[in-house]
Amino acid sequence: MDFPVLSLLIAIPLFGMLVVMLMPKSNEWGIKWVATGISVVPMLLSFWLTWDYFFVHSGSAAMCYMEGPYEWIPSLNIQYFLGVDGISVPMLFLTGLLSTISLIASFGIKNRVKEYFAFFLLLEAGMMGVFAALDFFLFYVFWEIMLVPMYFLIGVWGGPRKEYAAIKFFLYTLFGSIFMLVAILILYFTSEPHTLNILTLVEQGSSLPHTLQMVCFIFFFVAFAIKVPAWPFHTWLPDAHVEAPTAVSVILAGVLLKMGTYAMLRISWPMFPSALRELQLWIAIIGAIGIIYGALVSMAQKDLKKLVAYSSVSHMGYCMLALAAFGSVTAVAGCMFQMVSHGLITGALFLMVGVLYDRAHTREIAAFGGLGAKLPIYTGLMVMFSMASLGLPGMSGFVSEFMVFIGAFGAQGMNQYLVGVSVLGVVLGAAYMLRMVQRVFLGEFDMERWGGLTEINGRELVTVIPLAILTIYIGVYPKHLSDMMEATLENLVTLMSR
Amino acid sequence: MEFQLPAVQLKHMLPEIFLFVWACIVITFDLASGRKQGNATGYMALIGLVLTAILLLVSGKPGVGFGNMFVNDSLSLFFKVIFIGAAFMAIGSSFGVISQKIVNHRGEFFGLIMISTVGMMFLASANELLQLYIGLELTTIPLFILAAFYKDDKMSVESGIKYFVVGAFSSALLLYGLSFLYGLTGTTELEQIRADLALLFTEERTIGYVLLLSIVCLLAGIGFKLALPPFHQWAPDVYEGAPTPIAAFLSVGSKAAGLVAFAKIFLISLYGWWDSVMAPNDWGLLAGIVAAAAMIYGNVVAIRQTNIKRMLAYSSIAQAGYIMVGMIILNEHGLSSVSYYIFAYLFANMGAFAIVAMFEDKTGSCQIASYRGLSSASPALSLILAIFLLSLAGIPPLAGFMAKYKVFAAAISMAAAGGPSWIYWLVGVGLLTSVFSLYYYANVIKQMYFSGEESPYKIPVPLPGTIVLGLGVAGVILAGIFAEPVLRYASDIPAVYNLLMQ
Repeated sequence: MDFPVLSLLIAIPLFGMLVVMLMPKSNEWGIKWVATGISVVPMLLSFWLTWDYFFVHSGSAAMCYMEGPYEWIPSLNIQYFLGVDGISVPMLFLTGLLSTISLIASFGIKNRVKEYFAFFLLLEAGMMGVFAALDFFLFYVFWEIMLVPMYFLIGVWGGPRKEYAAIKFFLYTLFGSIFMLVAILILYFTSEPHTLNILTLVEQGSSLPHTLQMVCFIFFFVAFAIKVPAWPFHTWLPDAHVEAPTAVSVILAGVLLKMGTYAMLRISWPMFPSALRELQLWIAIIGAIGIIYGALVSMAQKDLKKLVAYSSVSHMGYCMLALAAFGSVTAVAGCMFQMVSHGLITGALFLMVGVLYDRAHTREIAAFGGLGAKLPIYTGLMVMFSMASLGLPGMSGFVSEFMVFIGAFGAQGMNQYLVGVSVLGVVLGAAYMLRMVQRVFLGEFDMERWGGLTEINGRELVTVIPLAILTIYIGVYPKHLSDMMEATLENLVTLMSR
Repeated sequence: MEFQLPAVQLKHMLPEIFLFVWACIVITFDLASGRKQGNATGYMALIGLVLTAILLLVSGKPGVGFGNMFVNDSLSLFFKVIFIGAAFMAIGSSFGVISQKIVNHRGEFFGLIMISTVGMMFLASANELLQLYIGLELTTIPLFILAAFYKDDKMSVESGIKYFVVGAFSSALLLYGLSFLYGLTGTTELEQIRADLALLFTEERTIGYVLLLSIVCLLAGIGFKLALPPFHQWAPDVYEGAPTPIAAFLSVGSKAAGLVAFAKIFLISLYGWWDSVMAPNDWGLLAGIVAAAAMIYGNVVAIRQTNIKRMLAYSSIAQAGYIMVGMIILNEHGLSSVSYYIFAYLFANMGAFAIVAMFEDKTGSCQIASYRGLSSASPALSLILAIFLLSLAGIPPLAGFMAKYKVFAAAISMAAAGGPSWIYWLVGVGLLTSVFSLYYYANVIKQMYFSGEESPYKIPVPLPGTIVLGLGVAGVILAGIFAEPVLRYASDIPAVYNLLMQ
C-alpha cells in the first residue's frame, strides 16, 4: 500500500463536488453522469480497501492504512490522522456502495440538479471522513460537515413538511454535537500531554477518575444516541425520513445512523470502561425499549415510508442491546452485522418504497392491494427485502439478530429478562412487515386506479440488485464478514472489559 | 528641576498619520472634483486603507513612542489589521449606497470612516488611560455622524441621536470609572496601575469599595460600547436605522475597539481577578454574568426578528458574549482566543452585512422574508451568504467554528486547571445558545433555498463588492481550515502582557 487510499476516499467526492459546481446549470444530464461517475471511484476504492484489508492485512486488529498523524493546527495539537480497522472497513464499504447507488437512484431529480449532486458529493466526503478519522477534531469536523448538505438535501428536495424536518434534523444533531465537543475538550485538557488522538485517549481513558468517566461517557452518549437514534432521542428520525427524497433516506438509514453506533464502538465504549460497567443496565433498557417501541409504532403506521423509518428505530435498538452486552464478542459482532445488514436492507426498502411512490404518488398502505399480480418483479424483490428485514434465515438480518441475542444472553452482567423481552421484537417485526406485504401485494387489485402502474425499470433494478445479492451473501455465508472483524472486535472487547 | 522632553518616535505612528492625511485628501478630493466623482473617491479610500495596511506591516515593529504613551506590540498590530479590514470591507460595500442615497457628501462619508479607523488604531496602541479615552472618543464621534448620514431619513436620524446619547453617557461612565483608578493609584499608565494596585493591596490588605465602584462603571461604560446586556438596547435600533455599511462597521470595527479597551483596562490594569494577590478584584464573575446574559439574550431575541439588520444586531450582541467568555480567561489561551474570534468574526459579519447592503440597494428591503427564493435568481450570492451565516453559527470547517472552539477550549483549560467551576456553566450556556443561533441563521438560508418560487431580484454585485465578498469568503474558509498562522500569531499576544495564570 503506497497511496493514501483513505485521503482519496475523502478527496475524490470533494473534487467531484467542485467539478459539478463548475459545470453549467443547464447540462443536467451531464451533471448526473459526472457526479455518479466520480462517485464510482471511491466506491471501487472502498471495495479494494475491503479486499486488501481482508486478504493482505488478514483483518488485523491494528490500525491499517494509517496516514499521519500529520500536523494540521499544531498550536492546538490538532492533527490530520486517518486509519481504519475491522469496524471501519465495513462501514467504508457500505458508504461507498450506498453513495453510488443513491446517486443512481437520484436520476429522477428534476429541479436544481446541479446543487443536489454537489451537496450529495459533499455528504459522501463527510461520511467517509467520519469513518476514517482518528483525530478528535477531525472526527468532529466531518461529523458536523455532513449536517449542512443533509440540511439542504432534506430542505430543498424534500416533501411537504421539508422545512420543519430539515431544521429539526439540523438542530437536534447539533444539540447532540455540543455535548461531544465539551467532552472532547475535557478529555483534551485532562490528558497529559494534551492530545486529540483518539487511539491514545482510548488507551488512557480507563485511568481517568470514575466521575470524569461518567460525565464524558454521558456527554458522548447523548451525541451518539441522537445519531443512532436510540429511544428517547429518535423523534427527529421519522420526520427526516418521511420528508427526505428517496436517495437521501437511503443514505440517512444506511450510513448516517451507523455513525452513532460506530462512534460508540470506536470512542466512548472502549474509552470509559468503568462508566460503561455502571451504565450497562441503562443502555440495555434503552436498547430494549427501542426495539419494542419501534416495532409497535411501526405496526400502527399507515404510510409505507414511515413504517420503514420506525422499523429503523427498532433495528437500531438491537445494536444498542448488543452494545450493552459489551463483554461478549458475539454480541458486539452481532451489532456490527446488524449495522451492515440494516444498511443494506433498509436502504433497499427505502429505494423500493421510492420506486412505488414515483409511480403511484402515494405511500399510503391502504391505497394499495394486489400489486403482486400486476408487478411481479417488484413484488418479488419487495417481499424478499421485507423477509430480510423481519429476520428470515438465509438473509443477513437473521444472522445479525441471532448473534445479538446469543451474545447478549450469555454476556457478563446482562439482565437476561431484558434480552428475553427484546426477543419479542422479532415477532413484532414479523407482524408489521407481513401485514404490510399482505395489504400492499396481496388481496384485490384496483384495476381502475393502479392499472397504469409500470414494472420496476432497469435503472432501479441496478440500484437494488447489488443490495439483494449482498443481503443473501451475508445471510448464507457470514464467515467472511465475521473473519474480517474478529481480531478488531476481540481487541475492543478486551478494552471495554478493562 | 530639569524638564526632559520625552522621545517622540514618530515612526511608530506612521500608519495612523498616513491614514489621517489620506482621509483629509479624500475629503478634499471630493470637494475639488465638485462632488461628482463618487466612485473615484471610494476607490481612493480603499487604496488608502491598503497602503496603510502595507505601511503597518512594514513599519509595525514593536516599540514605544511619545514617552511610553504610544505602544506598538503584537496586540495592537493584530487589532489594527482588523480595524483596517473592517473599514476596507465597510467602504467596499458602500458603493451602492453612495450611488443612490448619499449624493452630496461622499467624501465626508469615506473620510469619517477612515478617521474613526484612526481613532481605533490609536486606541489599540494606547498605553495609558488618557490616550485610551481619546482613542475611544475619536472612534465614536465620527460614528455618531455616520449613523445619521441619511439626513432625510427619520430612522437614520433617530439612530444617530440614539447612538450619540448612549455613546456620550457611556463615555462619561467610563471616564468616571477611570478617574477612580487614577485616584487609587496616582498614575494613568496601564501596567503601573496594576503594580500600584497590588502594592496597595499588600499594604492595606483591602482595596475596598472604590475599586469595586470603578469596576462597575468601567464594565458599564465598555458594556455600552460592546452592546452587552443590560447595556444593549441601543444596538438594534441604531443598526436598523444607520446606513448598512455603517451598521457593519459598528458591529465589527467599533466592537473590536471596545474589546481592545476592555482588554487594556481589565486584563492589563486590573489583571488578576483570579489572582489571589488581588482577591477582592473579582471582575471575572461580573463579566461572566454579562457574557452569559449576552449569549442568552442575543440568541433568543434574534430568533424573533423579521428584519435582517436587527437579526444581525442581536446576533452580534450574542457574538460579543462569546468573545467575553474568552476575555475572562486569564491564561495563555484567553486573549489569543479573543483575537482569533474577532478575526473570524470580521470576515463573516462584514461579509454578511455587505450582502445585506447590496440586497437593500437593489430591493430597498431588509426583511428576511424578501430573501425568499433568492438562490435561484442569484445563486452565487446566496451561497456566499449561506457560508457567512454558517460561519457565524459555528459550523466547521469555517472560521467561526474554529473561533468558538478556541474560546471554549480556553475556558475549559482554565476550569480544568483549577479555575472556578462556574466557567463550566458559562461554556454550557455558550454551547447551548449556539444551537439556538443556528435556528435564526438557518432561517435566512431556508428563505433563500427552500421555497420553490424564484425571487424576482437579481442582485448586481459591483466590483468593490466582489472584492469584499471574495475577501470575506477567502477569510472564512482559509482561516478555518488553515488556522495555524493566525492562531500562532494570536497565541503570542497574551505573553506580551505576561497574562499567564499563576
